[in-house]
Amino acid sequence: MLELKGITKIYNPGEITEVCVFRDFSLRVEEGEFISVVGSNGSGKTSLLNIICGSIPVEAGQILVGGRDLTREKEYLRYRRIGRVYQNPALGTCPNLTMLENMSLADNKGKPFGLGRGVNRRRRDFYRQQLSALGLGLEDKMDVKLGSLSGGQRQAAALIMATLTPIDFLILDEHTAALDPKTAEVIMHLTDQVVREKKLTAIMVTHNLRYAVEYGSRLVMMDKGEIVLDKAGQEKKMLTVDDVLSLFTRISIECGN
Amino acid sequence: MGVFFDLLVSVLTQGFIYALISYGVFITYKILDFPDLTVDGSFPLGAAVTAVLLTNGANAWLTLGAAALVGAAAGLCTGLIHVKVGVRDLLAGIITMTALFSINLQIAGSNLMVERSIDTIFNTPLLGDLPLIYRKLVLSFLLVVLFKLALDWYFRTKNGLVLRAVGDNETLVTALATDKGRIKVIGLVIANAFTALAGCIVCQEQRSFSATMGTGQVVFGLATVIIGTTLFRKVSFVKGTTAVIVGSVIYKACIQAAISLGLPANLLKLVTAALFLLILACGRTSGKKGGVSHA
Repeated sequence: MLELKGITKIYNPGEITEVCVFRDFSLRVEEGEFISVVGSNGSGKTSLLNIICGSIPVEAGQILVGGRDLTREKEYLRYRRIGRVYQNPALGTCPNLTMLENMSLADNKGKPFGLGRGVNRRRRDFYRQQLSALGLGLEDKMDVKLGSLSGGQRQAAALIMATLTPIDFLILDEHTAALDPKTAEVIMHLTDQVVREKKLTAIMVTHNLRYAVEYGSRLVMMDKGEIVLDKAGQEKKMLTVDDVLSLFTRISIECGN
Repeated sequence: MGVFFDLLVSVLTQGFIYALISYGVFITYKILDFPDLTVDGSFPLGAAVTAVLLTNGANAWLTLGAAALVGAAAGLCTGLIHVKVGVRDLLAGIITMTALFSINLQIAGSNLMVERSIDTIFNTPLLGDLPLIYRKLVLSFLLVVLFKLALDWYFRTKNGLVLRAVGDNETLVTALATDKGRIKVIGLVIANAFTALAGCIVCQEQRSFSATMGTGQVVFGLATVIIGTTLFRKVSFVKGTTAVIVGSVIYKACIQAAISLGLPANLLKLVTAALFLLILACGRTSGKKGGVSHA
């Protein structure tokens, strides 16, 4: 369970360019939830993910995971229990390493990178099996460098790498936004499949309102650092794209977008 | 013919010994994408420590270990200045390099000669009664191969794999719950240990240390890495470590050719700069075809 309590985030504090993204913001994520977060540009969606992962510091407030305070914990240490897939498919994998090497890296996540063999040949079948679940034929590209694969293939590999070791949270940062519509559809479907199979708690930021409505167990809409819509369970199931879109448009008109 | 053969042996020997600098630059520049100028200071550092130890009667083989250690310390300084103080990569190297110029003079006192009576690794009885220039060739070849194998082994370890990942995609390394700063420091430590080792062996080979012997070694290292990796770009079975040895030999051959053709010593650095520019230009044009350019 993740809890954000009274978070205040100000960019460039004390300068002319000062921007307050969150003031006393709170959010509670229950275990096993799959939350879709939508909102216009500048509403604080990506800042929210960066605050959870520790990529940016906060001015006030607490980040609790299972009751443990993570607010001061370094970013790289938080990733021991967090997996993250980025908007840019290039960020989730190493382009100059082969699929086998990439999977080996992901497999060793959170453990010390010592002087043992970097690639364990005996794990090869396990990696192949993980990749074959995607149905994209990636299991036959074990010795291919990731840089020579397409954006969709790399994003699929990144998804598997981010969830290869046990994690508390899967963070999806507009992870289908840079893909063509068909590939985006495939990746979104695979994401849902992986989240279900591995019983993950996931937070997904997306600009695609249809994905937000169709997938996940809870929908949160943000505007100017505040939650303006939060539906879970049966209420979430009743939501339609039109409902979300009309609220979205109303907010956008109010701020003159 | 005899003169030419001697020159060839000399070029190969120089190429092999200096290839240890290329190993260091290969790690920092090619793998970590970190332009490390510490090299100009850690190379003479290895030589200074070696000259002093030999003069004081230390075992020649032990100086290799001592030089590697002080080189590692120099790399650690640059790494900590960059990672902990947050100074830019280029400037962090310049700071350490500048400090090392004085430190090297403090260690050695002044420019230092190693007396003929003192044994170096090249006097080892292991090589029988081979003439000195062949001893130098054989031993430098054995050393460069030994260290190549050690590096190749390291690149296949978990630590070596994550080092390659840092240069490839820092964001991913953070997401692997690993401190990317620490990995960069490890890379700089290894790279400068190799550079100081080169200084140590050069000092034994030419029996001298001079405070200015480090000038231009970064350029040498960069040039050899770019020559080597550009040359073998299309040949995937040649490892980077092998490619830079070839690069080092080619570079030394070019310089030797220039000297043999009667180039005044004062113009040597000018030729070096011109050669480096030429290599970068060539690397760039072939890089466009190959897609990925690191030059």
